[in-house]
Amino acid sequence: MKTNDLIIQTTTKLVFFIIFLFSIHIFFAGHYTPGGGFVGGLVMSSGIVLLMLAFDLKTVQDMLPINYTLITAIGLLIALFTAAGSIFFNVPFFTHVYDYFNLPLLGETSIHTAMFFDTGVYLVVVGVTMNIIQMIGGDE
Amino acid sequence: MSLIFAIFLPIIVAFVIPFLFKKVSNIHTGWFVLLVPLGLVAFYGTYIPDIMAGNTYMEEFAWIPSLDISLVSYLDGLSLLFSLLITGIGMLVVLYSIFYLDKEKEKLGNFYVYLLLFMSAMLGVVQSDHLISLYFFWELTSISSFLLIGYWYTKDRSRFGALKSMMITVFGGLMMLGGFVILGIMGDTFSIRELIDQASTLVNHDLFVWALVLVLIGAFTKSAQFPFYIWLPDAMEAPTPVSAYLHSATMVKAGLYLVARFTPIFALSEVWVWLVTGVGLLTLFWGSIFAVKQTDLKAILAFSTVSQLGLIMSLLGIGSISYHVTGDLVTTFTFASFAAIFHLMNHATFKGSLFMIAGIVDHETGTRDIRKLGGLMSLMPISFTIAMIGSFSMAGIPLFNGFLSKEMFLDATLSLQQFNVHSLDSWWILFPVIAWVASVFTFVYSLYFVFHTFRGKYKPELLPKKAHEAPLGMLVSPAILAILVIVIFFVPNFFGNTFIKPAVAAIQPLAYQVPADVGFKIKAWHGFESTALYMTLGIFLIGFLLYKTIAKWVPLYENMPAKISLNRFYDGLMNLSDKGANRLSSSYMTGSIRSYLIYMFAALIILLAFTMWIKDAFVMDLTNLAPIQFFEVLISVVLIISTITILVTKSRLTAIIALGAVGYTVALFYIIFKAPDLALTQLVIETVSVALFLGAFYHLPKLNKYEKGKEDRRFRLNNFLIALGVGVMVTLIAIASHSQKLVVSISEYYKETVYSEAGGGNIVNVILVDYRGFDTLFEISVLTIASLGIIGMITVRLAKKKGDRKVENK
Repeated sequence: MKTNDLIIQTTTKLVFFIIFLFSIHIFFAGHYTPGGGFVGGLVMSSGIVLLMLAFDLKTVQDMLPINYTLITAIGLLIALFTAAGSIFFNVPFFTHVYDYFNLPLLGETSIHTAMFFDTGVYLVVVGVTMNIIQMIGGDE
Repeated sequence: MSLIFAIFLPIIVAFVIPFLFKKVSNIHTGWFVLLVPLGLVAFYGTYIPDIMAGNTYMEEFAWIPSLDISLVSYLDGLSLLFSLLITGIGMLVVLYSIFYLDKEKEKLGNFYVYLLLFMSAMLGVVQSDHLISLYFFWELTSISSFLLIGYWYTKDRSRFGALKSMMITVFGGLMMLGGFVILGIMGDTFSIRELIDQASTLVNHDLFVWALVLVLIGAFTKSAQFPFYIWLPDAMEAPTPVSAYLHSATMVKAGLYLVARFTPIFALSEVWVWLVTGVGLLTLFWGSIFAVKQTDLKAILAFSTVSQLGLIMSLLGIGSISYHVTGDLVTTFTFASFAAIFHLMNHATFKGSLFMIAGIVDHETGTRDIRKLGGLMSLMPISFTIAMIGSFSMAGIPLFNGFLSKEMFLDATLSLQQFNVHSLDSWWILFPVIAWVASVFTFVYSLYFVFHTFRGKYKPELLPKKAHEAPLGMLVSPAILAILVIVIFFVPNFFGNTFIKPAVAAIQPLAYQVPADVGFKIKAWHGFESTALYMTLGIFLIGFLLYKTIAKWVPLYENMPAKISLNRFYDGLMNLSDKGANRLSSSYMTGSIRSYLIYMFAALIILLAFTMWIKDAFVMDLTNLAPIQFFEVLISVVLIISTITILVTKSRLTAIIALGAVGYTVALFYIIFKAPDLALTQLVIETVSVALFLGAFYHLPKLNKYEKGKEDRRFRLNNFLIALGVGVMVTLIAIASHSQKLVVSISEYYKETVYSEAGGGNIVNVILVDYRGFDTLFEISVLTIASLGIIGMITVRLAKKKGDRKVENK
């Protein structure tokens, strides 16, 4: 069956980047306003799912040749090591620290170890969601 | 070098062995491993003079101080003797294995890692003064024995034997742990030495007999005593160096060690005396009778080991009688302990050499079946000589050390006559009689072992290989042991003074303060008035007659009913637990997600209702509610309509979309009730899961909920009830939690600390990554595991569809 998805394909090309940027935004904004790694990862996944719906699985895999299992593993390791890192400073497991830095372009910014942990969460969520969708959708 | 470090040295070396095996391929890995026992023998050797003088050494390392668990290395006569046996025999076994195991074909990396692991574990067992660390090492020996028996894991028999030994010894180990815990509770300490000090009060404790029996079960399983001995013959599937080391010289003696070590604690109870002596004698008798029936060389040796372990066990039992008598009789019975340790040492020498010879015969002829062997005497003269020395010693023939300890054993059983406190009357005579009969059979199988292998007719057509003498290196270890067999016979008192007396002083602390107090001398000749002499002559005479007529009476064994054998019982038990577990899990694991949802929801309803009911928490207070807005009603109506659509629709696609609608309306509720984080997550989740559903659409079975019939009505009624129950429960809880504020809401705490302590503004996210970071960490771990599971499941299914046999689930 041949379908005419010109409209959705054109829109998707545009919208995908907006979704992607939005996902990054709510990830970073999460510590102060609604958002965070979990939602951010989900938004990111929904963006890729949109791509998959508009085009097909094969095309998306060629466009974004990502090994999602690897992403999941990296995310889990980042989360684990962030939590375990505190042991080396002789404080209990999972002790977070934060401070304020003056970064170029951004001005005074707070950097929090929780953010690294959240990065791990983000990656795991993206990896797991996409893995499952790819697996189930791609099974022929 | 510290004592604790010495215990762990083999394990530490084990870490580099696999690399050595991989990188240094032109040198047999065994040569590197050999350095470990060599060094340790020298190390423990330096303690001999001090231990002889009656000193003891102790070293403690606090392992888990909060639980009062520590590694304590305690070195006295008993543990030093065992440590020297472990490292000494270990050294010879490693040397032997270098020639036995081919460096090209065998996975030597694995083998030596397991062997070193065992060495550490065994040293730990005999040196631990702390009950919990003793147990820890004890189980470690079971595990390393399991790995070594299953070393040739492609063979079914190896895996069976490994599992059997593990099942039985770990069962015993767990029983023993129970005994240890009881001891710990009774004495308020886990230290063996402190328990020994309290022995006289412990014996009156209610739980004392329980502790005693449980600890004995541990010792009996490990030392292959009746009825637990059945694992040892099957353990013979291990490579022969392992059988020589673990299953004759060291690990199976851990049970004897335990009995010896705990004698000062338990011997005050008569239950101990009769259990240890009785089980020991029964095992001696049973093992020796069945050894004659075996046709596999190693099986003969296995049954003979069972029998000899029983002999030592019964001697330890008789030795503990000394705690019940006074005056001269004390010495009469401590003599049995002395004989026990002496025979333990002798057994390690002659049985070790015999095992190695069995391995050599297997290696050079390709078979261990005694029916195929014969006439190897002229082809393998050195092996024959060594085998003869070992067998004659085992049979108790003079000029070999077994003769000395066998006579001492007979003397010890005869001394039971003098123990008439317990109205033994004339029953005591049973013990020497059983011992005598067992010794006759020991004599028979010893001759059978050596002469049926090396004499008689050579049958080359039955042998897989052309028989020839073993390489010299392989003969070194058994030859050293054989020489020891003879040396011990001629200078027994040197060994007695050096090794045995300090050990006896440790078993009999009441009778002897220092090793020098133990006044026994080992003599080969006791004079004509010695009853043991006539018993020995009788053994030789009857034994020889039985040996000569062996072909006539061995077929009698076939009349034994096979159905009531212990092995049958074990197999049946394993089968039963296997099937039972299977039946139990398949009774509720239906493979249908519907069933699992029913379990979950039913559990939810029952647990919540029960908790609410016993806590009397059903409160309905409908005052102080916010007014209901118009659009709230509107959203509720949409929610209800979409839910009903899911129930009545005939098309799955409609159902999926309606389900999405339910999710989005719930998200709207979140927005109205000012939970932006929740709303955001819910919206995206709903989007992704609808996409996922559409993707999985293809795989789902047809909707079949509209099949007519009685089954269907019942199914729907069930679902209705469960759905109703969950709905009612959740509503009731919501109302109840609104109606009564029993605890202060935690939100205030978050509001106060979120910025000042966690440095964030969004409480929800800070909870996720900081306050409850552990939850999140485990959640993402679970997510990862689930996704890997899904990948696995789908890949297997895909492979099956394609007919690809690569992915097999074995």
